[in-house]
Amino acid sequence: MNEAATVSPRIVPGEIAVNGVSKSYGAAHFRKEVVHDCSFTIERAKLTVMVGPSGCGKSTLIRLLAGFEQPTAGTVTLDGAPITGPDRDRLVLFQETALFPWMTTWDNILYGPRARGQLTKEALEFGEFLLVKVGLQDFRDKYPGQLSGGMQRRAELARAMINNPKVMILDEPFRGLDAMTKELMWEYYARLYEENRRTNFFVTTDIDEAVFLADRMLVMSNIPTQVRAVIEVDLPRPRKLIDIFESDRANDIKKQALSILHAEAMRSFSRGSKAAADFVEAYLKRASRA
Amino acid sequence: MKKMLSNPALWRGVVSIAVFLILWEIGARSKQWMAPEFFAPFRELLGAIDLKKDYLPWIGAVPAPSVVLASWIAVLVDRSYWQSWYMSLFRVMAGFLAAMLIGIPFGLMLAVSRVTHGIGFPVFEVLRPIPPLAWVPASIIFWPTQETAIAFITFLGAFYTIVINVLGGARSIDVRYFQAARSMGSSRWDIFRRVILPGTLPSIVVGSAVGMGITWEVVVAAEMISGGGSQIGGTRGGGLGFFIWNSYVGGSYEQIVIGMISIGIAGFISSGLLRWGGRYVTPWLKAR
Repeated sequence: MNEAATVSPRIVPGEIAVNGVSKSYGAAHFRKEVVHDCSFTIERAKLTVMVGPSGCGKSTLIRLLAGFEQPTAGTVTLDGAPITGPDRDRLVLFQETALFPWMTTWDNILYGPRARGQLTKEALEFGEFLLVKVGLQDFRDKYPGQLSGGMQRRAELARAMINNPKVMILDEPFRGLDAMTKELMWEYYARLYEENRRTNFFVTTDIDEAVFLADRMLVMSNIPTQVRAVIEVDLPRPRKLIDIFESDRANDIKKQALSILHAEAMRSFSRGSKAAADFVEAYLKRASRA
Repeated sequence: MKKMLSNPALWRGVVSIAVFLILWEIGARSKQWMAPEFFAPFRELLGAIDLKKDYLPWIGAVPAPSVVLASWIAVLVDRSYWQSWYMSLFRVMAGFLAAMLIGIPFGLMLAVSRVTHGIGFPVFEVLRPIPPLAWVPASIIFWPTQETAIAFITFLGAFYTIVINVLGGARSIDVRYFQAARSMGSSRWDIFRRVILPGTLPSIVVGSAVGMGITWEVVVAAEMISGGGSQIGGTRGGGLGFFIWNSYVGGSYEQIVIGMISIGIAGFISSGLLRWGGRYVTPWLKAR
């Protein structure tokens, strides 16, 4: 990656600490606590994957990390400094594409530098480099509506990376892609991370995705959201799909995470239903006997 | 050209218009081929339910397209016919452009500023349900000339539609775009210029297209009611609305139809131009 060394600015990975964070919505009697006393660290220069049942408040946590919202209690800090609002040092890739539909791929990628009035020669060169990096050089003048789902995600990665953030936050970015594209995107994204070792925070509901990508895995509980377990994923890098699928270690990690997730999912599923609650109890008993 | 001729959509359009004209011709000539006795039972029926016996809607009372066409050719050399076109077109353009120039910034201001919305929207919402034609008398009293009065009424026709569309369009821009823009360091002005404005553009185009249609409706009615400003002088026509009304009063039924079709053509051309302009400023929409 000699080329990268000449064009891309130096990456300064950050570290985010979440300390005793709670977040509630609604007023007085209708108050609902989505996140309760949640603490974890997004370690420097690591890929941390948060995996949890859908609707468990992961997206709320992301809004707090990005600075779109403020916690009701507790603190969120980046390298020790409290997060007060959105900033280019913490960029978010959303579930659905947030590329501006009225801009071409190239203008989308250049959005950040242009917005800050830093459209320098270096920025343009870095933009060109990223355009090639995400393989969209033939789609430079196309609009997002003309790109496939996978291309849109890659364009968005480039649009974020040109700002050289300290932390990249990805909120289920590959959801809605077809299975084939999704797996290609896993490999692509893993390679990207392995090349630059930026601090990445990746949120998903997909356990395979989590195991394949993660350095560290945070397994979440249901609402109110808390970290149930932290699993160190010590699989070798660079990672290839075929190696990971055949690895016993990967399977063990997957099983470990699944057992926690399964209990959580069943608990949320059974909420309010006696029959389901009985079923979960029986399931847990059988599991502990086995 | 060859490509155009092999386009099935074009041929469907041609056939559609041709069939319409043929049916109209046949219907209009029904006096010649239909026995009067045919209507007798219907007349009796009308009499039975206490309606005037000879009142029956009948396409035979309308001039046939061939007759209209012949009359049209005669009218084409008439200067006052073209004056009517010019007057109506001028009023529509004046009212419509004013509506765009005032409506688009006003709609955007309502969308981005809570204070403006709080002050401006209630008045706007009270005035909006008043049909433009209800403004005709007040407008004639208020404005110094009939011409400005008519232009004002056409302005109102497009104004409300444009404002509502701009406001709705700006409001419905996905919050993710704002979050992304803010994260990447956009200032408020930058967000307005590069997110809100282009994000609202499709709604501006739609609002303008709908507004243009309303403008034509309104201008014709305003010309009929106000006498088309014909008192300005005999040499200046009173617009297409007045042309129709004048033909009716003068008993020239072919010219009524000529006036109507002229408005149809004028509306078709102006909305076509608008659609073309709309596609030009929102290239990302056709690109799907």
